[in-house]
Amino acid sequence: MTLLSVRDLRAFYGDFQALFGVSLDVGDGEVVAVIGSNGAGKTTFLRAVAGLIPVDGDAIRFAGEPVGGRPAHELVARGIALVPEGRKIFPSLTVEENLQIGAFRRRPGPWTLARVCELFPILGERRRQRGTTLSGGQQQMLAIGRGLMTNPRLLLLDEISLGLAPVVVSAIYRALPAIVAGGTTALIVEQDVSQVLQVAQHVYCFRKGAVSLAGRPADLTRSLITAAYFGT
Amino acid sequence: MGWVDAAVQGVLLGGLYALFAAGLSLIFGVMRLVNLAHGDFSIVAAFLALVLVDTTGLNPLLAPIAIVPLMAAGGYVVQRGVLNRTLGRGLLPPVLVTFGFSIIIQNLLLQIFSADSRRLNPGGIETASMALGGGLAVGWFPLLTFVAAVMILAGLELIIGRTSLGRAFRATSDDQETAQLMGIDHRRLYGVAMALAFAVLAVAGILLGIRTTFTFSSGPDRLLFAFEAVIIGGLGSLWGTLVGGVLLGVAQTVGAKFSPAWGVLTGHLVFLAVLVFRPAGLFTRGSGR
Amino acid sequence: MGAVAAAVVLVALATLPRWGDASLMRSLVEFIALLVLAQMWNLLAGYTGLVSIGQQAYLGLGGYALVVLADDVGLDPFLSVALAGVVAAAFALPTAAIVFRFRGGYFAVGTWAVAEVYRLLIANSSALGRGTGRTLAAVFPLARETRELATYAVAVALGVIAIAASYAYLRSRFGLALMAIRDSEPASDSLGVDVGRTKLMAYLTAAFGTGTTGALIYLNLLRISPDAAFSINWTAYMIFIVVIGGIGTIEGPIVGTAVFFALRELLSDFGAWYLVLLGTVAVTVMMVWPQGLWGLVTRRWDLRFFPVQRRLRA
Repeated sequence: MTLLSVRDLRAFYGDFQALFGVSLDVGDGEVVAVIGSNGAGKTTFLRAVAGLIPVDGDAIRFAGEPVGGRPAHELVARGIALVPEGRKIFPSLTVEENLQIGAFRRRPGPWTLARVCELFPILGERRRQRGTTLSGGQQQMLAIGRGLMTNPRLLLLDEISLGLAPVVVSAIYRALPAIVAGGTTALIVEQDVSQVLQVAQHVYCFRKGAVSLAGRPADLTRSLITAAYFGT
Repeated sequence: MGWVDAAVQGVLLGGLYALFAAGLSLIFGVMRLVNLAHGDFSIVAAFLALVLVDTTGLNPLLAPIAIVPLMAAGGYVVQRGVLNRTLGRGLLPPVLVTFGFSIIIQNLLLQIFSADSRRLNPGGIETASMALGGGLAVGWFPLLTFVAAVMILAGLELIIGRTSLGRAFRATSDDQETAQLMGIDHRRLYGVAMALAFAVLAVAGILLGIRTTFTFSSGPDRLLFAFEAVIIGGLGSLWGTLVGGVLLGVAQTVGAKFSPAWGVLTGHLVFLAVLVFRPAGLFTRGSGR
Repeated sequence: MGAVAAAVVLVALATLPRWGDASLMRSLVEFIALLVLAQMWNLLAGYTGLVSIGQQAYLGLGGYALVVLADDVGLDPFLSVALAGVVAAAFALPTAAIVFRFRGGYFAVGTWAVAEVYRLLIANSSALGRGTGRTLAAVFPLARETRELATYAVAVALGVIAIAASYAYLRSRFGLALMAIRDSEPASDSLGVDVGRTKLMAYLTAAFGTGTTGALIYLNLLRISPDAAFSINWTAYMIFIVVIGGIGTIEGPIVGTAVFFALRELLSDFGAWYLVLLGTVAVTVMMVWPQGLWGLVTRRWDLRFFPVQRRLRA
């Protein structure tokens, strides 16, 4: 079943157009990757799906219903959660409180404080500390855990490997199967192609605000991806 | 009265100032809004209580039961109806609109209630005092006010520190956009915050009206003293606000002992001194704003 | 366009003592006073982004400075008007040192707090007449017509200089810097604009203008008291005029002052309702047409008498 269906999505920042008719599908229970270089429109795309940017109502359909342009807080209640670029941990809140705030809407589902701490034990150990005192990798785990606390049907992950050592990134990606097993579909945006292609069932490549390549990782050669990524 | 007496009076007065300051501080913390009509709304509460007392004969000490929910609802409406629309559009709209409210409210009160001084009369408790020994006497009512202030501040601390709502306040204050990603509707949250601030203002206004006379133009001074208490105590700390209020209260009462005209001015000078020598206030949490 | 209109107005003003009566002259003095006050507030808020609700401090200081300079020091009262502005600007320096620590809403309250301090200090000073205030005695020897004519001349001079200076100032580098700061302090800082100094210059200029106007007002009224001179109502008038007329333009305050006067005439029998209405109109305009009445005009017909915007020619 298609959980997320995007058709001809356009997005603007004022007069500046960032997305030019993007179309893609995400099936229920899948892991889908969106890759592309800086400025390709990947983050803009996620923000549009998450409800932070005003877009055409019909351009985005979630679980069959048009949700384009609906405010972010409403989409959280419907089951779309964004783990934002840069993590955006709340500095005034402790680790535990950062997780608890994810459950603000109290959507029913398998994810609880205990279960998130099972997935990322370091969060349980550091629960009373201020969220921003954690290391980069730990903060990324916290941001993901916080997103999980909303019990999303669709989890959007924006550049989770940014600024982190490969070893740390691998550790985070190892948590992905548990997340999907819990019933969450994942849409991952990455600049670092290698990690995400190992876990995704489908990959889309963005270039200059449009989709330049789509397919299954197994079917795509390195040269195809490079061409789509850089436009050579 | 003696110096110690004056100081004690100042401390108790400080409790009331802290109540006024708490609402101002809460709103600024959550949404970076300074409501220039803050004091005027508390006077509205005092006048509402006056009307209630005059028509029903109710003791003013019980007036909060009716006035607090009424003011809270009013705060929610004002925030969602008008003030939310002024946010995120630069510095001018919130200042100008709330200033406009201040002028409108004062002149409406003047038209409706005339310029006469009013007072809420709880039937004697406001003048009763109890002896503390050593020749020191403390009024029941100022003591009651102080205790009420401390309890309300403790309640606010509890809400902010321990509840889901309080977490939402802090998260939204940190990063409004990411808070939206948690499912927090900031427009509604701001409405709730203003309702809470108005509820506290209502209590403060009624206590003020019992303690002293008030008129249509009493609002701005409330804002001023609230502001001074917040600055002296330091932004971001509710208990700091209590200390700030107390210091201000003591400065005013002790200053008034020198000469009645110098009471308020002494408070201003202490405020300016703190500003010049310790701009972050005495108890700022984190980096201060 | 602006030049023609300005010339017509100037001629009318210059010849007014011939064809107008004393009460018209007095009204014009008041009009000009409010106009300059509004222009000064506009300079701070509309152009620099400094929203002050304490400008009445400089109005009061200017007024009292006039009385002190004319009566106690013995200077010519009409020339003292400008000097009073300098006194006000002198007080603005330490005030800025204090209030510039704040931004936004707290800056506004801070400016008002300082204004209150000045009011209380003066109200406690017996040399300055305490709460009852003082009367400007230096003009008593003059014949009434002479005094009124001289006051009118001072007012016209002030009005013309204020508008011309605002226009020139805003079209200069300083004006550009001001508007950059209003739009974004960090951005203009990174572009090499000395934010602190520019803000201070704007603040001192506004204090000077407000102080001079305060002196003019009390030259006209002859009697000053702390509660009247330092009343927040002055700020209310300034703000309402600028908001209703159009913030951030030079024509706006002119339109706003005219509306203010018209409303005052219409509602003079209604007491405090007048301010309620004025406040409501200002709040509504702020919410619905933030550019004010003049903003509506420029939108519709692209009419500008004193253009200070810069446009890129394609």
